[in-house]
Amino acid sequence: MAARTVLHQADIARALTRISHEILESDRGSGLVILGIPTRGVALAQRIGAILDQLAPGSAQVGALDVTMYRDDLAKQPTRTPSPTSVPPGGIDGKTVVLVDDVLYSGRTIRAALDALSDLGRPRAVRLATLIDRGHRDLPIRADFVGKNLPTSNSQRIYVKLLEIDGQDLVAIFDEEDHG
Amino acid sequence: MTLLIQGATLPDGSRADLLIDGGVVAELGSGLSRAGSTVIDADGLQALPGLVDLHTHLREPGFEQSETVLSGSRAAAAGGFTAVHAMANTSPVADTAGVVEQVASLGDQHGYVTVRPIGAVSMGLAGERLSEIGAMAQSRAAVRVFSDDGKCVADALLMRRALEYVKTFGGVIAQHAQEPRLTEGAQLNEGALSSELGLAGWPAVAEEAIIARDVLLAQHVGARLHVCHVSTAGSVEVVRWAKARGIPVTAEVTPHHLLLDEQLATGYDARFKVNPPLRRAEDVLALRAALADGVIDIVATDHAPHPIEAKECAWQEAAFGMVGLESALSVVQAAVVDTGQLSWSDVARVFSSTPAEIGRLSGYDAPFTVGAPAHLTLIDPSARRRFSIEQLRGKSLNSPYLGRELPGRVVATVHRGLPTVLDGELRPVEEVAARVAD
Amino acid sequence: MTALKHLLSVRDLDRDASVGILDLAEDMADVATRAVPKLPTLRGRTVANLFFEDSTRTRLSFEAAAKRLGADVITVSAKGSSVSKGESLKDTAQTIAAMGIDAVVLRHGASGAARVLADSGWIDAAVVNAGDGTHEHPTQGLLDSYTMRKAVHGEGSRGADLQGLRVTIVGDILHSRVARSNVWLLQTLGASVHLVGPETLLPQGVESWPVTSGTDFDAALDEKPDVVMMLRVQSERMLAAYFPNEREYARQWGLDDVRLARLAPDTMVMHPGPMNRGLEISSAAADSARSLVLDQVTNGVSIRMAVLYLMLAGSEQSA
Repeated sequence: MAARTVLHQADIARALTRISHEILESDRGSGLVILGIPTRGVALAQRIGAILDQLAPGSAQVGALDVTMYRDDLAKQPTRTPSPTSVPPGGIDGKTVVLVDDVLYSGRTIRAALDALSDLGRPRAVRLATLIDRGHRDLPIRADFVGKNLPTSNSQRIYVKLLEIDGQDLVAIFDEEDHG
Repeated sequence: MTLLIQGATLPDGSRADLLIDGGVVAELGSGLSRAGSTVIDADGLQALPGLVDLHTHLREPGFEQSETVLSGSRAAAAGGFTAVHAMANTSPVADTAGVVEQVASLGDQHGYVTVRPIGAVSMGLAGERLSEIGAMAQSRAAVRVFSDDGKCVADALLMRRALEYVKTFGGVIAQHAQEPRLTEGAQLNEGALSSELGLAGWPAVAEEAIIARDVLLAQHVGARLHVCHVSTAGSVEVVRWAKARGIPVTAEVTPHHLLLDEQLATGYDARFKVNPPLRRAEDVLALRAALADGVIDIVATDHAPHPIEAKECAWQEAAFGMVGLESALSVVQAAVVDTGQLSWSDVARVFSSTPAEIGRLSGYDAPFTVGAPAHLTLIDPSARRRFSIEQLRGKSLNSPYLGRELPGRVVATVHRGLPTVLDGELRPVEEVAARVAD
Repeated sequence: MTALKHLLSVRDLDRDASVGILDLAEDMADVATRAVPKLPTLRGRTVANLFFEDSTRTRLSFEAAAKRLGADVITVSAKGSSVSKGESLKDTAQTIAAMGIDAVVLRHGASGAARVLADSGWIDAAVVNAGDGTHEHPTQGLLDSYTMRKAVHGEGSRGADLQGLRVTIVGDILHSRVARSNVWLLQTLGASVHLVGPETLLPQGVESWPVTSGTDFDAALDEKPDVVMMLRVQSERMLAAYFPNEREYARQWGLDDVRLARLAPDTMVMHPGPMNRGLEISSAAADSARSLVLDQVTNGVSIRMAVLYLMLAGSEQSA
């Protein structure tokens, strides 16, 4: 199996720290709500929230936003189990929502997330933080905070593993042509 | 025309050739020949006397969309029958001489089987006043069997009067035993299954209580009682008790009650909805044993045709009943012959000579003897096939056996010396009718 | 997550499938708390409510559920005598199917009607049994279990079953599809069930069901059940008199104020509705703090959303 690790644990930690600083710098004081998109986006959102709490206590609240019900490809796949959505007690109205996901690819997940947000309330602004941006957007969506840009071809697969879920931290690229 | 049947196995197991001429068995032996005869090679085939059904619904007059005397006769011949008794729940009801004569003469015209009309016990089947029993007995139809089947003669006084009336000419009252007050809205055998399925139950006691009452009435009056479609182990015991006392009662069982049980209703498929309902597995076994030891005298089909829309609906909206003429012999073979409980000679008794005797139908008491009327059927007991719509010859398709593997196949049927079925196929309508006219 | 082709009976659901539906209903319940309590998930799908029997509350509940998921709803009230006087089930189903529908929610007076429709091949749509004769009412059973689970486990409900819960169901069990659905589903989820009613209204063969049963309501209450579920006395279903009069019924099997006072403070009181106040349940009991009757109604929408999602959102299940 031809997989290359492109980010190790330390790289991921550095990327998240830099993203957190960037989020703080861009905040205009309307209150931050960090919403992770299940599954791994939630873990990343919690890490970012923890870092923000150290840098500027009370500056941000953390939650999760499940987008299963808003996907545009539901009818083409077997039925998916949704994950819980948890919005912090202050809600999202008038706040700056930062969506967090592990990989940004076609942009359809984020499109669904924007629809879900609009049914939850009216944020002042919505930003997107992603650990990996691998290009190949189908929709006009861009990330505001990126951990690493990883140009890829469509035949390659990206694996993100996080300690909380997979027992280790790494990001790897797998070339589908090179089967073991 | 003469028929030469070669090498058939008779009910007693012996092999014989039969020469049929002039409507009777002209010769019986081995190595027979006759120039100009139609030859049937019956090697490996079981010969049985023509089957006599004591309980059929031909639906004509009034319900011709489900069946007619012609289509029902053809279905019967295809099943190996040469005589059927047609139940009276037609429209108009067979409660006058006119209706029964019409039904009998239609049967004779078509010629496939002898049709013996059954007369209603009560006018219009209403259960209130006796019908014109005497007139029907004296008519050209010579009715001897009377029944309100479909409904029970529930009024004890009416039942008593009916028994007294038929006693004068040796008739018999055939009772559909179902206490109406215990079975209002009933859909399925009452028990754990009916409760789970949410279907109103038809308790066994509703059948047994009526039989118990009727055998005592028959004893009191000294007249013949026949119990239709016995379906429960309890009913068997009541009949057994009555016979031990010398009460003149006879009993019938349907092929479906010998093979099928209530579990088939689990998917709410209304093809399995019938009156009396399919019962428990224990009842099926008790009925088989009772047929083998003679407590139950005969098998009768209760062939009940219904149009498609009467079965393609929710269970409690569906009509009760199954067609059964074409499948009867195969089902009996599967249920009691292949299990070793009945021999073919027993089948001849329960499906031909005894029903003929109960119905006072002549010509069936000494089959396969020289001079006897030639009513017989030849079957291939070794055949096995999946029962399908192609084997149904009546107008209706409500068979519970579709898709089920059944043994046996009717190869030929002969009625009054003339073939109605040859090589497994019915003879054409014009041919059979023309020969009758000769 | 197992998709559903049809929902005809709770007996088709094993423990994992049942808990899965209850958990999904939790997510659906959250939708009601949002600013816009709607999802686009079933946009473009059409759900037909085919009701051969009157039932305002069940019909409205399914309508609300379908609409909250963004589906279109058509309602057909095909009331007529159940004995082939009105348009037949087959014709009605085929007529609305010809208009292009994805699911049929069927309420019918004949037991087994939903299964007959699902097995018939007359229509392609998914079938939800919203009550068939006296046989089953699966979504009612599910919402009752969901309500009990929520009352017992609160925020920790996800993934939980009803192991060890003791439920007593009282009334006309014989004619109750709600009772049947509850009996089978509660057993699947690990609860134990005791049935109480007049001898004439306990089903034949109840000894073979996975329940205990009896005719003494007070003795049943002495056992301190966790849940007391009262059933409506259904006068319209009875073909013949099963008890002498309503006063006798209320005295022996009604949850009156005296019996209410004997209940422990955390005993749950439930009723599928509609209630005959003063007959099987007193007003005080119906309105008491222990009563979960209104929760049952609320939860009905969430459960029905979960069921419709499972049946319609995914692709056709591969064989």
